[in-house]
Amino acid sequence: MSSIFQLFRRRPTASVARERLQILLAHERASVGQEGLVVTLREEILAVIAKHLTLDRDKVQVKLGREGETSILEIEVEMPATPLPRMALRA
Amino acid sequence: MAKVVVVTSGKGGVGKTTSTAALGAALAQNGEKVVVVDFDVGLRNLDLVMGSERRVVFDMINVIQGDAKLQQALIRDKRLDNLSLLPASQTRDKDALTGEGVARVVAELREKFDWVLCDSPAGIERGATLAMHHADIAIVVTNPEVSSVRDSDRIIGLLDSKTAKAERGERIEKHLLLTRYDAARAARGDMLKVGDVLDILSIPLLGIIPESQEVLRASNIGSPVTLSAPTSPPGRAYAEAVRRLRGEALEVIVPAERVGLVSRLFGRKVA
Repeated sequence: MSSIFQLFRRRPTASVARERLQILLAHERASVGQEGLVVTLREEILAVIAKHLTLDRDKVQVKLGREGETSILEIEVEMPATPLPRMALRA
Repeated sequence: MAKVVVVTSGKGGVGKTTSTAALGAALAQNGEKVVVVDFDVGLRNLDLVMGSERRVVFDMINVIQGDAKLQQALIRDKRLDNLSLLPASQTRDKDALTGEGVARVVAELREKFDWVLCDSPAGIERGATLAMHHADIAIVVTNPEVSSVRDSDRIIGLLDSKTAKAERGERIEKHLLLTRYDAARAARGDMLKVGDVLDILSIPLLGIIPESQEVLRASNIGSPVTLSAPTSPPGRAYAEAVRRLRGEALEVIVPAERVGLVSRLFGRKVA
């Protein structure tokens, strides 16, 4: 009983393909872009800090994360106990 | 000024080599000086599709390593004397392609030809990024099928970040070439429509190449389809794509995607 009915009722598959691609690519574009964004952000933040303070490169952490609907940019800078301004260091 | 074009796709088997040959020949038919360059080191096939496989003596790796002059490696087409082929090496591995070597060869080709068409290997590895690096224009070959569209999206991302133009902060010109398109299947809702693919990838359309037995017939005899069957649907579609590539504002006619009465009644059964 199924064969003839299924033949005529078969759902067009192209619309499924289109929806799957739209969802998938929205994710992939965001994640590929973010890798570059984190690297750029980290480098630029380091550059700004280096203007004023001497700081170990590994003491600056930049993370991009997601919790539910919200994207979170987390920047963690570990300061030395007594931050020395650059000018003081040079003197 | 010479234009360097990369024919790329990410996914294999979608028609990069066929399209490079057909577009190259059609450009040459328009009187342009053209070279088609095979970047698929270790898996060369452009020579075979062009019908020049028995005339390969030197290849691009030989030129890069200084074992041959560029002029010695170029193979002039027997049908069109303003069309040449620079073959890839079949025996060497792809590490023999160096960024500096490719830059030198492409710069020299720019001086000798109006159009340099680079046939990219599949994938997103070194061979593919080297093939696209010096391009002014990219032709993204895509089949109306999910994996091909996804890979094309990835390649578009690379074109916008990894090419010399992107690194200089310029935008690379990108065009979509939709190949193996079957209007009847699209009409039945069993294949992505032209509009679907354009919406998803959002780059301008260079042409729609219909699925056709002429394409296989052309590669069987080693002739670009624009030479062996210029009046066939794929032959015409490639010729029109070339007119657009040369800057002509020629509208793309989307093959009918409406379901006719007969196919509405019987279409699904014959599928």
